[in-house]
Amino acid sequence: MARSINQNAYAGALPNFRNLGIMLRILVIVNMTAAAAAIVKSPDLLAGWRQFIEISALVEPLLILSLLVLATLSSVLRRIPYWAAVVVVLAVELALATALYLAGRILLGDEPSSLERYWALVALTTVALLAYFNLRERALSPALSEARLQALQARIRPHFLFNSINAVLSLIRKEPQRAEATLEDMADLFRVLMADNRELTSLTREIELCRQYLGIEQLRLGERLQVDWQLDAMPRDALVPPLVLQPLLENAVYHGIEPRSEPGTISVHVYAERDELHAVLRNPYREASDHHAGNRMALANIRERLALHFDAEATLATKVADDIFQVRIVMPYIKSREP
Amino acid sequence: MTEPRPLRVVIVDDEAPARSRLRDLLADCADELALAVVGEAANGRAAIELVAAARVDVVLLDVRMPEMDGIEVARHLQKLERPPAVVFATAYDEFAIRAFEVHAIDYLLKPIRLTRLKEALARARSAPPRPGVLNEIARAPRTHLSAQERGKVHLIPMAEVLYLKAELKYVTVRTALREHLIEEPLTQLEEEFGERFVRMHRNCLVARAAVRGFERVMQDGEAHWEVLLNGVEERIAVSRRQQHVVREFGKT
Repeated sequence: MARSINQNAYAGALPNFRNLGIMLRILVIVNMTAAAAAIVKSPDLLAGWRQFIEISALVEPLLILSLLVLATLSSVLRRIPYWAAVVVVLAVELALATALYLAGRILLGDEPSSLERYWALVALTTVALLAYFNLRERALSPALSEARLQALQARIRPHFLFNSINAVLSLIRKEPQRAEATLEDMADLFRVLMADNRELTSLTREIELCRQYLGIEQLRLGERLQVDWQLDAMPRDALVPPLVLQPLLENAVYHGIEPRSEPGTISVHVYAERDELHAVLRNPYREASDHHAGNRMALANIRERLALHFDAEATLATKVADDIFQVRIVMPYIKSREP
Repeated sequence: MTEPRPLRVVIVDDEAPARSRLRDLLADCADELALAVVGEAANGRAAIELVAAARVDVVLLDVRMPEMDGIEVARHLQKLERPPAVVFATAYDEFAIRAFEVHAIDYLLKPIRLTRLKEALARARSAPPRPGVLNEIARAPRTHLSAQERGKVHLIPMAEVLYLKAELKYVTVRTALREHLIEEPLTQLEEEFGERFVRMHRNCLVARAAVRGFERVMQDGEAHWEVLLNGVEERIAVSRRQQHVVREFGKT
């Protein structure tokens, strides 16, 4: 799920075992299965609880070990064909189960039930989980998420379109060259807005787009719009979902700058920290603005796209403090392969 | 036949390019329509002062502006002695456009077309301003009150108003600095600004934020409450019927 949303479309592919969301799903599903088994085996809930703890002692080591091994193998698994990868995962699971079974016998000396029984249980659970992830991938993939993304991206604020055209019209007679440059910027912006935006794009390109966008707004707003770029620590090789920042700037202008007659500053701070990419946007904020609904829609839109790309590994958080509205996006730092 | 006197126009928009574009378009109209651009304003306050000071026939008024939106500006303009005709302009504002359509108010969509502008100007000349309608389409209470004194307009920010007191035909608007008289019924003001004020007396609304405290006073052998205000020495008597207000303030 790293580079694009639907690269692993039809043939099916294993989930990305390094993704936190996938790991969580595996943990929850296996533990729920264990709990169900415990309840089936017990006459009442208290006995069921004891049974669950017993089962857990057997299940958890295997579960955690599996997650570690699969996370390590993840990139290899995603390169080989789906069916081969499924066989590898099954083999890994059976091998781990065998190893743990033998280790348990040697270390603890207990005499659990037969090895074949373990194999059967492990194989069944693994196949069920893989089938679940396959279905989930299909559900999120092509048709649905494509349609959804297109719809999400189609939400350009008409306000911006008409105001920009108006601004360009005002330039044509007196400053034709500036009008030309502005129309070129607008063309670039709309090309991206209307493009098929499922692939990740370079962060530098996204920032360039943001500059073009703010340039157009500057035309209308003049010195009322001040921008503070803090990009010294920005990794130049990072990949991000397209239009992950621009709509936030559009929000910042609409809610933070336009309602004020005095100048206001929008600050954009992008930096990488370990394997995470942080983007922090701030704009002046005054309460009693009647456009909250639009703001939330844009935020929900970006949140949804981050989830489609990164599942639980990306977050978008907002806060208001001291008349400043802040949006912070944290997402995995994915490096582009070509430098 | 004599030339009709030129139409005197004022342009109001917070964005400089939008004003410059309107100026260009008005220049283009000049061959067919005698008109003169009296001035430009970048915000509502400047617009109202400009229109009050000069004789203006038509105001081209942007709807979405900071501090005071176009609809509020138009409401203040209506109160002038010689209210000008107003033509609203908006790039994209669903609420305003729907309201204009419902009440058959003429408006221009930005980018503005020359032909549409000519039509609107021609119509504005014949159509008298229609009071009342603007109050209905306003989306929020006004941010200012406007008081007129000897041909000048004073815009009083609502945040500075301490109390509103009805006296005969007028309502006194009290700020920390001075008093103004306006000609609006107190009940209507209460309806519009009800959240900001609390009624202390049949004839008096006091700003919640201006209340410093209450004091029990004996007068003619009868006890009653008085409101102490921030910024002025003056006190407001709380009527017997509104005694409960004192208790409610005590709770918060």
